[in-house]
Amino acid sequence: MSIVSFLDKNKHFNRIILVLRDVMSRPSGAIGLTLVAAHLVLALISPLIVPYDYKAMNSALMLSGPDSAHWLGTDHVGRDVFTRVLLGGREALLVTGVATPIAVIWGGLVGIFFGLVGGRIDEVMMRVVDAFLSLPWILKMLVLIVTFGTGIEVLIPTLAFFYGIPVIRIARAATHDVVARDFVSAARARGHGRMSIIRRELLPNVLDTLMVEGAMRWSWMLLAFSSLSFLGFGVSPPTPDWGLMIADARGFMSFAPWGVLGPVIALSSLIIGINLTADALAKALGIDRAQKAPI
Amino acid sequence: MLRMLIRRLFLGAVTVAIVSLIIFSGVELLPGDACTAFLEREAKGKLLENCREAQGLNRPAIERYVEWAASAVQGDLGVSANGQKSISELVGDRLKNSLLLAACSLALGVPLSIFLGVVTGLWRDRPIDLTLSTLAIFAMTIPEFVSATVLILLFSIWLGWLPGIVLTPAHAPLSEFFPEILLPVLVLTMVMTAHILRMVRSSVIEVMAGDYVQMATLKGVPHWRIVFRHALPNALLPAINVVALTIAWLLGGVVVIEVVFNYPGLGRMMIDSISDRDLPVVQAIALIVATVYVGVNLSADLLTMIANPRLRTMHMRRK
Repeated sequence: MSIVSFLDKNKHFNRIILVLRDVMSRPSGAIGLTLVAAHLVLALISPLIVPYDYKAMNSALMLSGPDSAHWLGTDHVGRDVFTRVLLGGREALLVTGVATPIAVIWGGLVGIFFGLVGGRIDEVMMRVVDAFLSLPWILKMLVLIVTFGTGIEVLIPTLAFFYGIPVIRIARAATHDVVARDFVSAARARGHGRMSIIRRELLPNVLDTLMVEGAMRWSWMLLAFSSLSFLGFGVSPPTPDWGLMIADARGFMSFAPWGVLGPVIALSSLIIGINLTADALAKALGIDRAQKAPI
Repeated sequence: MLRMLIRRLFLGAVTVAIVSLIIFSGVELLPGDACTAFLEREAKGKLLENCREAQGLNRPAIERYVEWAASAVQGDLGVSANGQKSISELVGDRLKNSLLLAACSLALGVPLSIFLGVVTGLWRDRPIDLTLSTLAIFAMTIPEFVSATVLILLFSIWLGWLPGIVLTPAHAPLSEFFPEILLPVLVLTMVMTAHILRMVRSSVIEVMAGDYVQMATLKGVPHWRIVFRHALPNALLPAINVVALTIAWLLGGVVVIEVVFNYPGLGRMMIDSISDRDLPVVQAIALIVATVYVGVNLSADLLTMIANPRLRTMHMRRK
């Protein structure tokens, strides 16, 4: 494979470019990356370009339909829906954008460590991981959120913690495949310590799996975040958020469907974008994503 | 084989035991207990003391854990904090309704997804595969509350074919949930079909590329015979595990769907009891869902092992 031989000569930077090019050459990757990039740019610049104040209510314009002044109409308290759709992904992207890397890093390192160490400790750890996985995500998250509040400072660590646990399993399995190979035995024979083997032999080989895993975790985390907002346990009003907007507009859906459609399209396009990118990334790196159990 | 079975059963029991420890200590570590929830936050002094005395909350945690776990094993899940009702009774109706929802979705989704998975796998990269695979990505990635909202808008508001909300009470006989249950079943079927389809598709592709399929082709075995006799039995094995995960998900993870459609199942009870801080009920539901998860996955592993002679004898060969 050309990617591998290239890697030998030019290190990380060139490889990133190569993988990106591979991702972009696939239709799913091109569409996905474009969607994700558009959402990120929009999240950054949207406060500068929104036509209205997101919390300005107008009792004369409750649930009015789309027109030239309000492109997506207004909601039940007369706020401009288009403005709120533009701003509605910022909180979600901030929280999941911080929590995803934390989850992948801590889960990945713990998984690699136990994959290398093996034995009794590993066996016990995996039972604990199984135990955590057997509880529904929403129960674990809600118990903490109801107790400690719904702010970013609670959501980020909670998401990062719980979404790191399945990463442990993936990283451990990937490590197991590598540990059995000769170059790890060679490193052991050369007298390398555990940390050195993890850093120089295991991490580079598990990194691909972790990257794909990270992309998938990101989309699941977004799903969790918007579901929490939808259920009323996430972002608190009047902050615009897609999940919350859909929950609010659902009650008026029969005569004002535009209130739902805007956030529905925005949220779906972001999550589909991330998944298409993850798919293309997995193919570019040679990992079969569909074989993995959907946890 | 028997040793393997016993070992797996033992590991499953260990997992459930760890879950129960996590649930109990998790609830223990949170500020507040059943009494502060029942008497409101500001309750202090004598009243709180009396309540704790009555509920036995001032005994050591280990003692209470052992008692809780022991009675849970016997099917007694305790009493709820606010209603003073038996949790087993409260949960019973909800569990029954959740089972109905799960059974309908499985009956519709599993055959459909396996059929579509085989079709997309056999006709890989053809228009039918590209269409279905793209649809699958949409179905499995779009949040459930979004697809539910869109389907309600489409089927119950614009077309007026199906009711968009469940109004049947929790204790009603199962037959009364029709036709209200159809729309939630449709949403769940969509999501699970997408997951199983992708799994079956990739497994069919892998098997069809195998040496023995090529061998059979070269020997002149008819294509349909290769597909049905040689490839499919092997290709469908991994589906057992995904179906198991789906069942576990259907019984514990469909909170959002139940809330959207106002369906009186276990998931909505979970949300309600968390909001009310009814901790004994939260503990009970968590334990039930976790046990189902472990049980279903264990059964799937054993089923795969029985169905696949290579896995059955693997541990013997290693020795």
